[in-house]
Amino acid sequence: MPNAAPSGFDLSNLFVFILAGFLGFQLIKRVSPLLHSPLMSLTNAIAAVAVVGALIITGERGATPLAVTLGFIAVVAATINLVSGFMITDRMLKMFKRREKKP
Amino acid sequence: MDPVIQLLYLVAGVLFILALMWMSHPSTSRRGVMAGQIGMLLAIVGTLLIANVVNYELIFVALLVGSAIGAPLALLMPMTAIPQRTALSHAFGALAIGLIGTVEYYKIAQLAPYGLSFAMIALIAEMLLGFLTFTASLFAFAKLQELVTGRPIILPGQQWMNLALFIGAIGTGVALVLHPEQTVLFPIFVAIALAFGLALVAPIGGADMPTVIALLNSYAGLAASAMGFALDNKLLIVTGALDGASGFVLAVIMCRAMNRSFANVLFGGFGQVQHVGGPGEQRPVHSASPEEAASILESASSVVIVPGYGMAVSQAQHRVNDLFQQLTKRGVDVKFAIHPVAGRMPGHMNVLLAEADIPYDCLAEMEDINGELPQTDVALVIGANDVVNPSARDDPKSSIGGMPIIEVDRARTVMVVKRSMNPGFAGIDNELYYLPKTQMLFGDAKEFIGALAKEIAALNA
Repeated sequence: MPNAAPSGFDLSNLFVFILAGFLGFQLIKRVSPLLHSPLMSLTNAIAAVAVVGALIITGERGATPLAVTLGFIAVVAATINLVSGFMITDRMLKMFKRREKKP
Repeated sequence: MDPVIQLLYLVAGVLFILALMWMSHPSTSRRGVMAGQIGMLLAIVGTLLIANVVNYELIFVALLVGSAIGAPLALLMPMTAIPQRTALSHAFGALAIGLIGTVEYYKIAQLAPYGLSFAMIALIAEMLLGFLTFTASLFAFAKLQELVTGRPIILPGQQWMNLALFIGAIGTGVALVLHPEQTVLFPIFVAIALAFGLALVAPIGGADMPTVIALLNSYAGLAASAMGFALDNKLLIVTGALDGASGFVLAVIMCRAMNRSFANVLFGGFGQVQHVGGPGEQRPVHSASPEEAASILESASSVVIVPGYGMAVSQAQHRVNDLFQQLTKRGVDVKFAIHPVAGRMPGHMNVLLAEADIPYDCLAEMEDINGELPQTDVALVIGANDVVNPSARDDPKSSIGGMPIIEVDRARTVMVVKRSMNPGFAGIDNELYYLPKTQMLFGDAKEFIGALAKEIAALNA
């Protein structure tokens, strides 16, 4: 259960963070500048996975009124991001077309 | 945590990585969006399976409200407003992270006092980044939407104020880590973080927004990672790290494309001073009407079009496509040269041209097009200024000296669509306009390019 008691420092988390960071650098460097705008809206949508934290504090058994209120706002804000982020990324990507081949 | 939930989180993380991998090319990029969506669904389902998460009604209401706002936002947003939307969504994301941190903080504060905890350090980092990114992104949104001036806002003693805010944020942050039970400090800490965000973006001008938006993207990611550390959740850590790396790489690319350092972009107050030349030093330029410009274009065999923020402002992209179609019909080889910092966010021009149905294989990056420009008949600049200013290359003393440019001055003929002779964002004169081979096409980009396309269409008929 997250944070019922303060968690100690888990080195494997740092391990995961650093490896994911390196992976991120390598992946993003390969993205064509053509797609930098949709890339940014996609990463934005994916970062809305913070909704996970918001769901826990909102729905938790015995949540305080403060937790429920702030949690609710956080779920709404993150959901706006993930829904609009994925949709607008797809809307942008749909527009990128190659030249039609001449017969 | 339940292994099933952990497994769902793991698959979600892998899908997010695949999503970024597939974004590398237009042919696979939509698959990337699909992967991201499935990953998000798994993450949410996994979270709802946590035994302690019970209040489903409230959660579903929140999810519905968020979707009901988010979907129209995505569908109705005009493509020219993509930079504003991105800034706004960074603000929403950062707000969510800051609020989650707040709730977690009050939980810890109740359990205190106890010794130094790593979770509290991570929480403070999360909230500092979250709250400052929230106000910084809102301010960036206001600048992009032109609710406030796009010019840098510099107050006297601003550097000292920033330093004081920074020390204040770190000071209260450290105090809270050591004594979480001192809840009176918490609102002060949040207020300082919020003020710090505003202070960070105030001195940054509109044309530096590509870098700033990328950097805010990075902060929002790092805040999510910090939250992952605080909640001991590896999915959040991985996703935040990917997002943080993405924003950082884009910010570095933007800085390189302007030959400027992070420090210069963030604290330089670039574009603050308008060097307005005295009325006595007006120099003659050649200007041309749509008819004259059309007659030059129709006899060209190669044309390179350089779009800039001015094209976005006047929403000229569809007229540009008309011109592109008409010229292509005549057998003219038309290419588009995109400077990395053209527009208000990374890739802004590419999206606008794609929206106007211009095929992306006609789009060329700066490094690839510069070699071709000396053999190009006509370079047509639409609403771009500083990114084609030869003094960046020729005059090391210029405020944009050393910035890589699209060398349109090497083309045989240069045409510049511009509303007036006002300088660009850097506030400096552009030698390009006074060259004997340059024709100034004065007018609104949308109207002028539309007229130009009609002239060529008449010749084609």
